[in-house]
Amino acid sequence: MRGPTSRARRGAAAGGTAGRTSRTSAPDRSMYRRERPVPMRSCPAALYNNLSVLPLPAPGLTQFALVHGPTAQLLSAAPDGLPVSQRQLHTKDGAGPGFPLITQAYWCVLPFRVLLVLTSQRGIQIYESDGSVMVYWHALDSTDASPVQALFARGIAASGHYICVGTWSGRVLVFDVPAKGPNIVLSEELDVHQAPITDIAAEPAQGQDCVADVVTADDSGLLCVWKSGPEFKLLTRISGFGTPCPSVQLWQGSVAAGYGDGQIRIYEASSGALHVQINAHARGICALDLAPEAGKLLSGAEDSFVHIWKLSRNPHSGCIEVEHCHAECVTDTQVCGARFCDLRGSSFAVTGYDLAEILRYSCV
Amino acid sequence: MSVRTLPLLFLNLGGEMLYILDQRLRAQNVPTDKARKVMNDLISTMFNKKFLEELFKPQELYSKKALRTVYDRLAHASIMRLNPASMDKLFDLMTMAFKYQVLLCPRPKDILLITFNHLDAIKNFVRDSPDIMNQVDETFRHIIEVYGCLPAGEFQLIRQTLLLFFQDMHIRVSIFLKDKVQNSNGRFVLPISGPVPWGTKVPGLIRMFNNKGEEVKRMEFKHGGQYVRAESEGSFELSGDRVLTLGTNMYSASRPVETRVSGALKNSSLNTKDNIAARTLAKEELNFLARLMGGMEIKKTSGPEPGFRLNLFTTDEEEEHAALTRPEELSYQVINIQAAQDQQRNEELTRIMGEFEIHDQPQQSTSKGGYSNRKLMPGGKEQSTAFPHLLPFPKPQIVHTHTKSLHGKDSDL
Repeated sequence: MRGPTSRARRGAAAGGTAGRTSRTSAPDRSMYRRERPVPMRSCPAALYNNLSVLPLPAPGLTQFALVHGPTAQLLSAAPDGLPVSQRQLHTKDGAGPGFPLITQAYWCVLPFRVLLVLTSQRGIQIYESDGSVMVYWHALDSTDASPVQALFARGIAASGHYICVGTWSGRVLVFDVPAKGPNIVLSEELDVHQAPITDIAAEPAQGQDCVADVVTADDSGLLCVWKSGPEFKLLTRISGFGTPCPSVQLWQGSVAAGYGDGQIRIYEASSGALHVQINAHARGICALDLAPEAGKLLSGAEDSFVHIWKLSRNPHSGCIEVEHCHAECVTDTQVCGARFCDLRGSSFAVTGYDLAEILRYSCV
Repeated sequence: MSVRTLPLLFLNLGGEMLYILDQRLRAQNVPTDKARKVMNDLISTMFNKKFLEELFKPQELYSKKALRTVYDRLAHASIMRLNPASMDKLFDLMTMAFKYQVLLCPRPKDILLITFNHLDAIKNFVRDSPDIMNQVDETFRHIIEVYGCLPAGEFQLIRQTLLLFFQDMHIRVSIFLKDKVQNSNGRFVLPISGPVPWGTKVPGLIRMFNNKGEEVKRMEFKHGGQYVRAESEGSFELSGDRVLTLGTNMYSASRPVETRVSGALKNSSLNTKDNIAARTLAKEELNFLARLMGGMEIKKTSGPEPGFRLNLFTTDEEEEHAALTRPEELSYQVINIQAAQDQQRNEELTRIMGEFEIHDQPQQSTSKGGYSNRKLMPGGKEQSTAFPHLLPFPKPQIVHTHTKSLHGKDSDL
């Protein structure tokens, strides 16, 4: 349960009290309230999508993964926010100066197993979901790298039994994952992007032929929409006109993309047609997430705001429409990660640069 | 991450250092000609061509400790001396100021405008010395050439790299607390009003389009902030209106500077393991230091000009007190470089070290051959015991080639 102190702090941070009402939007429609945060031993780094959430089978337990420089931290927390277990993972060391830095940690939910994928300056590390065993390691190939480019992998998603991982060169690596065991193989390299990959999103295909189920985004804002399979098929390219696209999501054949200029744009995945444009944030967006069962979209940005949007399909035109549901100001915090904690979007978690706790919110 | 970060980090931190020193020189009533000599010496050292060549080579960022050593040397490039406590304070102030600027930087690309604000001010410091002015201008042009055409994504990577460097630093600085831009917990205040970055739309509008691309619906929503449109973009040219004020001198004469630094409240000792790891310098960092400092030409100051000591505190007592009470976790434990005895090998090193102050005498002596490089091997026991009082320094000539070459030359060092 929430304690009185955390409730008082919540009030201040949400702007509901202390004469800072300007910080809340539409308080009458506020549907989420802040729960007790999960304390952490180290603060998240300022990276894109720096939070992954995995609901655990045990009732109420949630597992969080985030990156702090050269380490990734996994922690599971009880509903009252108390950490139950913690684990730190490091980069597999290679040659070269300094500590290799981790760029992202993400749980890939495959049909038969859940794997944790870490991307770093050295390569790609794939672990069992609890981080106990590293089942696969892929070193980045630096042969065609120029010395002025930083080498890294970034952007992780799972589609069917494939795990897609982006790299600094724009190449997307596709790994074929068996139902069990470590025999993961690199099955394909997608070579369309010219700029570093930022994020990848996927959603289960609806069964029809040629349905878009993977979207890749890069630093130039370019989005590529794919049909996954033994051979990935490029369906559409959507230009971002040079503005980076740090985070992307896919929902019922629509692509939701968050950009470095604070805009969210929603496109028809198959055609690339723009359906919605939201002037959503005053600074660059760092995280998007989708609750597929409710069609809710979560956006977090460096302007210290988190917004929740409701997506729906207009029954007459078939076009995607958007409604603003909730605004939350995480006072003095540059948000670097935001995820729903369940498929219905009734709770979400937020991380911020230099903030040593995971903030949690849930539906009233 | 980005291998383009170091020059921006060095120049901006250096700019902040000059602001603070300039203010303290005036506050301590150092005679104008002496103060000007100090500023000129520091700036011409900072913008030394060979040094900047090393700086601009693509490379990873190194630890705060390694960088602190570079500034220690830079601050002593003239006739001015700083006690360790003052040097600690100087470095705290520099880093927190630039952390604030990076954090509030509207767009990642605006890191350049912050840099230009520093360079503009530095040019003003040396306006009477055309030679030094040319040095600064040359660097200015080099930055425009290298960074002017980088894509937005690269600047974001640079910004993320800088923020990683500043992570977990929550030192409270009185000038920030007074201006209410820093909270008592050491975190900075992020404004949710004022102009949005150039090129960003004021949040609050949803536009919807049909399949033909025609706008069919427009909805407003309550964002929660109170933003306005950006009026203009700052100039990325050699000179011009930068619009952005981050990176300008906040210690101007009209504002009496009170540079009190308070320690971190909490949290700072949480990563004890990381701290210990950070305290031991990697071999690559030593190479980095040797490379950089090899390029940093220190003018001989043993002329007739008498030196003086600058105090970052109001009184000597305060400085002494600060030295005794500084929290362990904030201690940078500057590397004191001690030459080994091999004369032939160390001629170059001695030249580079110049007047670098040696605070401690060697703790232990080794056989006549000087220090074996094995002590630098990671995990070596000697390393942790001998450090930080004593560290052999790699030969710059070897180091100049490539970091990897040193790995291969362990035995002959």
